[in-house]
Amino acid sequence: MTELYTRELNGAGMWSRIIGRHKTLRITDLEGGANVGMLLYNATERHERYNMPDTLKGQHIFYLRAPYCVHSDMGRLFASITKDTVGWHDTVCGAGDAALAIQKYGAKTFQESRNEFHRNSRDCFLIELSKWGLGERDLVPNINWFSKVVADEEGRLSFISGHSRTGDSIDLRFEMDTLVVLNSCQHPLDPDPKYHPRPVRLEVFKSDPPAIDDPSFTVRPENARAHQSTDEFYLLSQ
Amino acid sequence: MIESTLNPADAIHDEVVLAGDHWLHLIREGQTLRIEDVEGNQAADTLFYSASDPLDRYSAGDTIRHQAALYLTTGTKLMSTRGNTLLTIVADTCGRHDTLGGACSRESNVMRYDFDRESMHACRDSFIRGLQCWSHGMGKRDITCNINFFMNVPVTPDGQLSFADGVSGPGRYVEMRAGMDVMCLISNCPQLNNPCNDFNPTPVRVLIWD
Repeated sequence: MTELYTRELNGAGMWSRIIGRHKTLRITDLEGGANVGMLLYNATERHERYNMPDTLKGQHIFYLRAPYCVHSDMGRLFASITKDTVGWHDTVCGAGDAALAIQKYGAKTFQESRNEFHRNSRDCFLIELSKWGLGERDLVPNINWFSKVVADEEGRLSFISGHSRTGDSIDLRFEMDTLVVLNSCQHPLDPDPKYHPRPVRLEVFKSDPPAIDDPSFTVRPENARAHQSTDEFYLLSQ
Repeated sequence: MIESTLNPADAIHDEVVLAGDHWLHLIREGQTLRIEDVEGNQAADTLFYSASDPLDRYSAGDTIRHQAALYLTTGTKLMSTRGNTLLTIVADTCGRHDTLGGACSRESNVMRYDFDRESMHACRDSFIRGLQCWSHGMGKRDITCNINFFMNVPVTPDGQLSFADGVSGPGRYVEMRAGMDVMCLISNCPQLNNPCNDFNPTPVRVLIWD
């Protein structure tokens, strides 16, 4: 794959770009223990967005890993996870907000701490969304890449500390022209009492369209139909 | 399981919502809403919004992270996107309600089942019509990840997710008290392709007490 872009994102950094269909975004955890909150929107029809329930029930799974896919709320695919050294990414815990940051880490203002002040994932999402004409109406449950949360029989959740290690990475091959909105704030259920968001590297590569026997198709018949609907979207609109 | 002490004869509102219909109604702060699974194994797909500012709305992610648990039952605070408590569940004779499964749509029915299911009625179409009736210029964009009262979507410790037979039954109900003025939008699920409603969509009954 030919590299088109590389950028390091500091802890609690925020980033949003449009990534074209069949390009690949690689996210690398540079220090271990990273969390990347992500929301996705159709680059041209931004009312089409990432849908946690369709992603889960379409694939009968509670978390994400290769070779599963990220589904939109219109029966189509944003991305396929083509490489993944982590194996479990949280989909249900959402984003922390300012109240949670104060409760967990205490108040730390810009006035006293300059750019070490305490950011939170919800505010980061809203800031980046606004730059693309989106806002609170567009805030839906996000993916938390690199974080593992498990449920017991009663549905009680536990955050698994130390899950992602230095150098762990995921590759997302985009199947749709996608507005990607992300931030590297800590996971809301991370029990670490210390404010310690980790940096990640973002790289974008030119990559090939999926072959018909690509694992993202064959892992579930639902994904094959979602691939077909995505292809039809471009067949008709381009 | 916590039973209610409220008497249906004292309710200020008592209505049956047929399968496939939507129901939009104001619940004032302090009022109690009951949703009853009349015939059993129905799914009541439900969204809540602040009545005064609809940008503040039900958030599945915030509800899950506040209680660090997936299923909704007595004691669960239904949280909004701005961190407010919309309602608190105060009685529940079903025992477990879902907020991961979302709502069916014509597009997701194609993805999940087949291209020939596209014409079948679905919850997100009902949500769209309900939101349009509220006249804040709302529509698809305002459909967030909803609650499925009476639906059973168990997650296993190894991370598998399934749509299991309901744990609900005829006459089971869930009751919640509003912590602020909220608009409730229910789509009484018309899904015919999975066991979320035993392949047989049936009415729910909604009651409100002061």
